[in-house]
Amino acid sequence: MVVLKLIIKNSFRHTLRTALTVVGLAIAVLAFGLMRTIVDAWYAGVEMSSANRMITRHSVSFIFSLPLSYKDQIAKIPGVTGVSYANWFGGLYGDPNQWENFFPRMAIDPETYFDMYPEFIVPPDQLETFRRERNACVIGKKLADEHRFRIGDAISMEGDIYPGSWTFVVRGIYTGRDKSIDETQMLFHWAYLDESIRAVQPGRAGNIGWYVLEVDDPNRMAGVAEQVDALFMNSRAGTKTETEKEFQQSFVSMSSAIITSLEVISFVIIGIILLVLANTIVMSARERMREYAVLKTIGFSSARIVSLIGGESLLIAAIGTAFGIAGTFPICQMFAEAFPTFFPIFNVAPLTLILCVLIAFGSAALAALFPAVRASRMKIVDGLRAIG
Amino acid sequence: MITVSHVTKSYFRDKIEIPVLSDINLVVPPGEFLALMGPSGSGKSTLLNLIAGIDKPDSGDITVNNTTLQTLNETELAQWRSRSVGFIFQFYNLLPVLTAAENVELPLLLTKLRKKERVKHVDAALKLVGLGDRMDHYPKQLSGGQEQRVAIARAIVTDPTVLVADEPTGDLDKTSAEEILTLLEQLNKEFKKTIVMVTHDPRAAEKAHVVRNLDKGELD
Repeated sequence: MVVLKLIIKNSFRHTLRTALTVVGLAIAVLAFGLMRTIVDAWYAGVEMSSANRMITRHSVSFIFSLPLSYKDQIAKIPGVTGVSYANWFGGLYGDPNQWENFFPRMAIDPETYFDMYPEFIVPPDQLETFRRERNACVIGKKLADEHRFRIGDAISMEGDIYPGSWTFVVRGIYTGRDKSIDETQMLFHWAYLDESIRAVQPGRAGNIGWYVLEVDDPNRMAGVAEQVDALFMNSRAGTKTETEKEFQQSFVSMSSAIITSLEVISFVIIGIILLVLANTIVMSARERMREYAVLKTIGFSSARIVSLIGGESLLIAAIGTAFGIAGTFPICQMFAEAFPTFFPIFNVAPLTLILCVLIAFGSAALAALFPAVRASRMKIVDGLRAIG
Repeated sequence: MITVSHVTKSYFRDKIEIPVLSDINLVVPPGEFLALMGPSGSGKSTLLNLIAGIDKPDSGDITVNNTTLQTLNETELAQWRSRSVGFIFQFYNLLPVLTAAENVELPLLLTKLRKKERVKHVDAALKLVGLGDRMDHYPKQLSGGQEQRVAIARAIVTDPTVLVADEPTGDLDKTSAEEILTLLEQLNKEFKKTIVMVTHDPRAAEKAHVVRNLDKGELD
């Protein structure tokens, strides 16, 4: 208890210095936690990918469409147990300069899409109504809460990729199976899009953006991809079939420069944590060399002196980390509320918290290393002459 | 019994060798109160540090109660110090963040004694030095004389056979110095502690049984 008291008392001997160190650490841990959460949010789509879903898109680029007629041919390939399709709609809702007005809007096949995505839970009666009405849409709960959309509300928007004025009626609100599921999407009938576009741009009709394939065995995915792509190799629209995870990963890789920057900043923050703590511990240890020499004189071993210095470093790191982690949650919550549709999934992952703790304690150990080695190697007679 | 045989010691300052002790021979029988005197830089404190096992000689042997200090490694030496020697410094060297009782308890943390037993020992040591009512006081709440009493209590709490004191009255007023010297005398007479004391003060030396003078690294 006396040694513990000595560690605690020493840690707070210079209250202002310790307080500033704790604040510095807390801010650094908070910044690290926020950065990691942003990077995680970028990868959220990849993480929520299903192990048995595949995506077939145009071989040149995702922005080129594929004929709807491929659907039946794909469904016949051995191993494929279900096929659905979707089309990116885009559109402008409200003031396009407001982040909250940007949310994913997609035309889907109402009969098959929700069977392929069981993680989107729509009440059966709402799903039934949605399937019956051509201009109906289903929206995510987070989107509904953000814009206060209710069942029966009409959502009007201007088309950009598909010109014209569009109105959709909310007939269903889906919730995610767990909190890692994106609840900001708006999904409506592909047939409604196709009919409307056929009237003004007949050449664009009958096309979809991508197919979603359900495969009975994840081990067969490579074979299925080969067969699908071989089937349309000489067609006017070649295909590229890949796992849903690879498909999502390709979107993330478009932002790789930003993600890399964030990761670099995370490492810089780790360096800051180390320097802030090391500065305090080195100063404190230097001031107490005489005391360490006295302790050695009365029989304290070098290992005990190291534990005193290491304990002080760990205690300060623990307090700073605790404050930092406590602050990470409200900051991330504020961040998520500020960009609800840009980062639809913005949760502080347990791994982020574990990393915060490990990095802080690792930094504490490193920060204590130099002064601890110095104190343990110090000759007692030199230490007794030291002026603290 | 403390035996110092043919001990030499030098220090290096900017690569220049400065001899401090040359061929020192000294025998301190058990229960003796020895005062080491001499001018500044004569090597008194160096000899004291060698006897206390906090420094090592360049050559020669030092034996304290049948233990030859040169044969011990750093860890063994630390253990030996905690059991066998009590050290009293000129400037007390109490830890300011601990109370008097906690300062005295420090050497006992290195023993296998339980908390209850440690408290008993601390209580006895502080009462012996007349500070039974100052246990929970921090060093800054004590006078210089009281601080030195706490330091003496810390030195004797493990019941070592040898006490080494480096200018124990050097930072005290006349009255406090007299009290400290009386206390050391009592420890020597009543508790048979062997005391080796470095001092400049002739009045302090008067309390000792034997006074040895050290000058330019040589003992008279």
